[in-house]
Amino acid sequence: MISYGHHRYPGRLFVVEGTDGSGKSTQLALLYQWLKSEGYSVFFSEWNSSPLVKDTTRRAKKRRLFTPTTFSLLHATDFADRTERNIVPPLKAGAIVLADRYIYTAFARDVARGCDRAWVRETYKFAVKPTVAFFFRAPLDVAIDRIASARPQLKFYEAGMDMDWADDEEESFKIFQGKILDEYDHMVNEFGLTVIDGTQAIQTQQRQMREIVSRYLKEKLKEKAVLAK
Amino acid sequence: MKEMKFYGTALPGIEIEPYPGKLIVIEGTDGVGRSTHVALLRTWLEAAGHAVLDTGMTRSILAGRGIKDARAGHTLGRLTMQLYYATDFADRLENQMLPALHAGFIVLTDRYIYSAIARAVVRGADPEWIRAIYGLALVPDAIFYLRVRSAEELAGRVLASGRGFDYWESGMDLGLQNDYYDSFIAYQKLLLREFDRMSGEYGFEVVDASRPVRRVATALRKSISRIIDDESVTAPTAEEIAKTEMREKVRAAIGAASKDGGKIETLEKIKSA
Repeated sequence: MISYGHHRYPGRLFVVEGTDGSGKSTQLALLYQWLKSEGYSVFFSEWNSSPLVKDTTRRAKKRRLFTPTTFSLLHATDFADRTERNIVPPLKAGAIVLADRYIYTAFARDVARGCDRAWVRETYKFAVKPTVAFFFRAPLDVAIDRIASARPQLKFYEAGMDMDWADDEEESFKIFQGKILDEYDHMVNEFGLTVIDGTQAIQTQQRQMREIVSRYLKEKLKEKAVLAK
Repeated sequence: MKEMKFYGTALPGIEIEPYPGKLIVIEGTDGVGRSTHVALLRTWLEAAGHAVLDTGMTRSILAGRGIKDARAGHTLGRLTMQLYYATDFADRLENQMLPALHAGFIVLTDRYIYSAIARAVVRGADPEWIRAIYGLALVPDAIFYLRVRSAEELAGRVLASGRGFDYWESGMDLGLQNDYYDSFIAYQKLLLREFDRMSGEYGFEVVDASRPVRRVATALRKSISRIIDDESVTAPTAEEIAKTEMREKVRAAIGAASKDGGKIETLEKIKSA
């Protein structure tokens, strides 16, 4: 097993992190389009997308079977499947992988739910260290406003209703997101996250992101080069 | 009452308080007769008036089905497999074992974290990593390791049970050998070595499982009666053993039938059992 920070692959891994409503998915989609148009071989990998785990997660959410520990472990299972299937192989082949949410999401959420910090980090030790991990930081009220306008109703676990922090869903969601944001702030130094101010105009954020990403791009990452191999 | 002790950090949201029950682990590689012994112990303990909960791998409500489906498709990656099993374990610990122990049950578990650790390490996982994940496990009251002398003996037992060689029990995913038999032997040898390594680390009580079922069962009863402070030990009767073994055979055949979608041959096997 290769541990975090010790993988050596020719590809590049860029990940986006941030609270719900921080605008990270929009930014990643724009980055994807740009890299594609520049001729790079790009793979996209989303949080919570393993076909092996999907049915279990859906059932558990519906029937509310999770505890903080099993919530954490099942998401780690999902992430392991993505790592083995969708992240490591393209990186080995020399492609660019873009991940919407990465291990830092688990570190933030699971610790907010009371899991031990060191234990969660150890669980994800097999993860590939990203080339750059962007953290889109938006103040709590901005993020919450964006979510409220985008989603008619908060889901049970999304709102942190399993934790009995508040009876009201919106109130519980605010408390949960506050704790998550605290964890992210702690991780900026711990993992060297690249902070992007999520309150800036979309184009401004994208320009900053592309500027940083371009430092790690090389001709040999382009599709024709990967294919020729 | 016993103090709760965990291998690592205790689970979040769990109250650490003494519990009146007993957690008894039956460990061993594939084919050593674990399920037969768990069944025999259960009948014996219940006859003596003890409430018993028995559990085992992939029996969680949360992840049991998902693991079985993933295994059937042979698409389970090495890391994914370890974490799926850890999820299953945590769910059973929190929702079955701990509540039962608090209620004063004797919890008999067919395998615990040690099989999971052995399987992970044999598959190249970092031994520290998998142990840290299972730091959430409660330290049991006793761990009985049913040990056989060789992998060849296990192969004989698997054949005698009528189950035949299974893809995962044979470690086919490891690509050690080309056919099921050779792979089974190579894989089980590696597991036996890991179990021997863990024996001292975790304080296994080693039970020689190469002996006849009756003698193994009697040895287990003696040790367990000490743990539960109940001296009324009797050896199982030949009839009890025969009945239990038959039931286990039927259960295994039903399991096989559900795996291959209820094919006629396996249904016939159940009938003949």
